[in-house]
Amino acid sequence: MNEVNDRSRDIGEYIPALDDDQIICRCEEITKGEIRRAVHDGMWTLTEIRRYLRTGMGLCQGQTCSRLVKGIVAKELGVVPDQLEPATSRVPMRPIEMYIFANEAKEADGHE
Amino acid sequence: MEMRIDEHPILGVKEKGKLVTFTYDGKELQGYEGEPIAAALKASGVMVHRYTKKEHRPRGIFCAIGRCTDCVMVVDGVPNVRTCVTALKEGMQVCTQYGVSDKPFEDQ
Amino acid sequence: MKRYDLIIVGAGPAGLSAAIEAAKRGMNVVVFDENEKPGGQLFKQIHKFFGSKEHKARIRGFVIGQQLLDEADALGVQVILNATVIGLYQDKEITVKTGEEIQHFKGDAVIIATGAAENMVTFDGWTLPGVIGAGAAQTMMNLHGVKPGRKILMLGSGNVGLVVSYQLMQCGCEVVALVDAAPKVGGYGVHAAKIARTGVPFYLSHTIVRAEGEESVTGVVIAEVDEHFQFIPGTEKHFDVDTICLAVGLSPMSQLLKMAGCEMEDNPKRGGQVPVCDTWGETSLPGIYVAGDVSGIEEASSAMIEGRMAGVAVAEYLGYIEKGERDKELAHLQQALEGLRQGMFAPKNRGKQITETEEGIPVSVQLLKYGYVADDEIERYPGVTHKHGIHPVMECTQNIPCNPCQDVCPKKCISIGDNITSLPTIAEETECINCGMCVASCSGQAVFLVNEDCGDGTATVTLPYEFLPLPAIGTKGEGLGRNGKKVCEAEVIDVKSLKAFDKTNLLTIRVPKEYAMKARFFKKYA
Repeated sequence: MNEVNDRSRDIGEYIPALDDDQIICRCEEITKGEIRRAVHDGMWTLTEIRRYLRTGMGLCQGQTCSRLVKGIVAKELGVVPDQLEPATSRVPMRPIEMYIFANEAKEADGHE
Repeated sequence: MEMRIDEHPILGVKEKGKLVTFTYDGKELQGYEGEPIAAALKASGVMVHRYTKKEHRPRGIFCAIGRCTDCVMVVDGVPNVRTCVTALKEGMQVCTQYGVSDKPFEDQ
Repeated sequence: MKRYDLIIVGAGPAGLSAAIEAAKRGMNVVVFDENEKPGGQLFKQIHKFFGSKEHKARIRGFVIGQQLLDEADALGVQVILNATVIGLYQDKEITVKTGEEIQHFKGDAVIIATGAAENMVTFDGWTLPGVIGAGAAQTMMNLHGVKPGRKILMLGSGNVGLVVSYQLMQCGCEVVALVDAAPKVGGYGVHAAKIARTGVPFYLSHTIVRAEGEESVTGVVIAEVDEHFQFIPGTEKHFDVDTICLAVGLSPMSQLLKMAGCEMEDNPKRGGQVPVCDTWGETSLPGIYVAGDVSGIEEASSAMIEGRMAGVAVAEYLGYIEKGERDKELAHLQQALEGLRQGMFAPKNRGKQITETEEGIPVSVQLLKYGYVADDEIERYPGVTHKHGIHPVMECTQNIPCNPCQDVCPKKCISIGDNITSLPTIAEETECINCGMCVASCSGQAVFLVNEDCGDGTATVTLPYEFLPLPAIGTKGEGLGRNGKKVCEAEVIDVKSLKAFDKTNLLTIRVPKEYAMKARFFKKYA
C-alpha cells in the first residue's frame, strides 16, 4: 500500500481526454474528467475522492460507480485497481430517511 | 399496452392484480395493483422518470431492483421514491421529478 | 433485543439453502431479505439449470426457487421480507430496517449471503433512459411481465448476456446484436449457439461507442476494438434500437462484511472485494460465515451448495451436530461443489486460453468468435455421429459439468461417463426410440434427433423450441443453419409438448436430405 500512496511519486500532468465529460457517478453527476483532475489535485485515495467530489455519496451510495471510480483513479495513478484501498463501508448500507434511522424499535417489555 | 407480455412460452399467462387508475403528470393511466410503478409506466411507454438536478438530463429505469435510484419520481407529493420497488395503488399521483421537485426547472 | 441461533442475510439460493440445513438440525433460523419477494435471482432464471441430479440439473431456476422456499417453510424457517440489513457488527449483531423502524437482532452465528451487484461500463449516452442492466431486463420481463424494449442490443457475451438475450427473444423482443469487447464469447458455447441459430449476429472485439437519443435511446453505434480495447476508426456500425442492455459482469456485495471487520481481499478470480474465508465459508471473525456470490462470483448451483456447507458448518459451530457428522456431510458437499467447478469454465480456468477439449479435440474457433460451430467443425465432436434411422446428434462441444442427457435416455444411447464434464458419446449398438427426452432435457438445447435419410430425398430434424407462437403441423418456412441464415425450405411435420419436456417443445421439420446436418432452427415464412 505504501508505494501506491507515496505522494512524492510523479504521476505526470493531467492530460485532457475525449471522454472526460462522461458521467461516472450518476447520482451526483460527477464526470470522468473531474475525477481524473482530482487525482492530479492530490486526491489519491478513494476516501479523499469521495470527500472532494461526492462520488458515491448520492442517493444510491455508490452502488453503480464505486468500481468505475476505482478503475479511473487506479489508471491515473498508474496502478492496478486491486492495489487501491477500498473506500470505507459504513452503516447504513442503504439510503434511509433520517427519521427512520433515528426511529429505533422499542422492545415490547419496555426494556431500553 | 403492447409492452405487456400476454403469454410467455415458459411462464405462461401471468396472474395480475386488479386494474387500477393512477395519474402520471396529471394524465390518467392504468396499471395492475401491486406491480411496481415503473412496470406500469413502462407498459404505457413512459421512458423518462426524472431530470437530473445539475445537468437536467433525463433518466429512467436502470437496475429495476431498487439499487441505483435512477428511476425515482415524485409520488403522492414525496420526492425520491424508487418507482421500480414501490407498489402501484389506485389513485396514486406519479410525477416526473425535476431535481427533487415535481415542478419543471423553469418554474422552480 | 431478539436473539436467534442463526441469522442469515439474503434469501437467495445460498441463504435459503443454508437456512434449510441449519433448520433441519434443530436451529432457530431467521432470514432477512431487502426485497419484496424471496429467492434472490432464482425467480428470474427461466432456463433449465446445468449440472447433475444433485445440482438440480434440468430444472428451471424459478422452480428451484419455489422448491427451496417450500422446504424452508416446512422446516419453520422464518423469512422476513422488505427487511434491509443496514449494519453488521463484530459481535454478530445486525440492524435491520423494516417499515419505518430500525430493529436490532443478535445471532449466535451469522451467514451473509447477499449475492452480487451488476458491473457497468460507461460510454457516451450511457445515462439515457433505455440503457439498462441485464438484471433489470430479467426483472421487467420475467417477474413483472413487461417487455424491457422492442429492439435491443446486448453488450456482454458471458452467461448472463447470453441467457438474457435468449429470454428477451422468448418474451417477444428483437435482439439486434450481441456485442462484446473481448475477442471470444465468454459464456457457454451452447447458450451462444441457441441465440446464433435464430439469426442474432455476434460482434466480438466490438464495443459501444455511444448511445443515441435526446430523451431516451433511439439508436446505438458500436465499433471494433484493437487488442488494447481502443476503437478502430472506420469500423463503426449503427443499429436502430430503443434499449441497450449491459451484462458486463458482477461484483460481490460484500460491504456488510467489511463493515463488521472481516479480513477482506481483492481477488479478481472471485470478482472483486471478498472476505477471506475457509472452504465452508467461515470468515476471519468466528461465527460469521459467507455463502454464494458474496464470497466469489459463480453460478446459482454453486451458491446452493455453498449455502448448505455454511449451514452444516454453523450447526457444528453451535453444537447442534458433532464434528464427525459435520466432516462427513461437508466432504459430500465439497465433492458436489468440486463437480461443478470442473471443465473449461471452472473458476480456476478463468482467464486461461483453452484450445482443446479434455478429449484433445480442437475447440471451435467459429463458436468463440460468432457464437456457432461451423458446418465443417461440428463433425469432429464425439456426440455427432451418423447412423441409419433416427438418432441423437449432440452438438455439445465444450467441457461443462452437465449430464442430464445420459440420465434421461431410456435406451442408454448417450454416455458421458463418470467424469461429468466429458463430451457425450453415442453408443453404436443401441437403438434410439425417438422419445425426445434428450432434446428436451439438454439445458443447452444442443441435442437434435435426426433422420438423415427418410428414403424419399428428405431428412427430418427434431429441435428444441421455446418460443411463441408454436408453429402448427404443416407450417412451411425456412430451415436456418447454425449461423441463423436460411439454408433450405422446411415444413413442420410434428410438434410435441409433453409434460415431461417441461415447456421445451419439440419441433420436427422435414428438409431436403442434404441439409440434415445443417438445418438447426425453423422460421415460419413471414
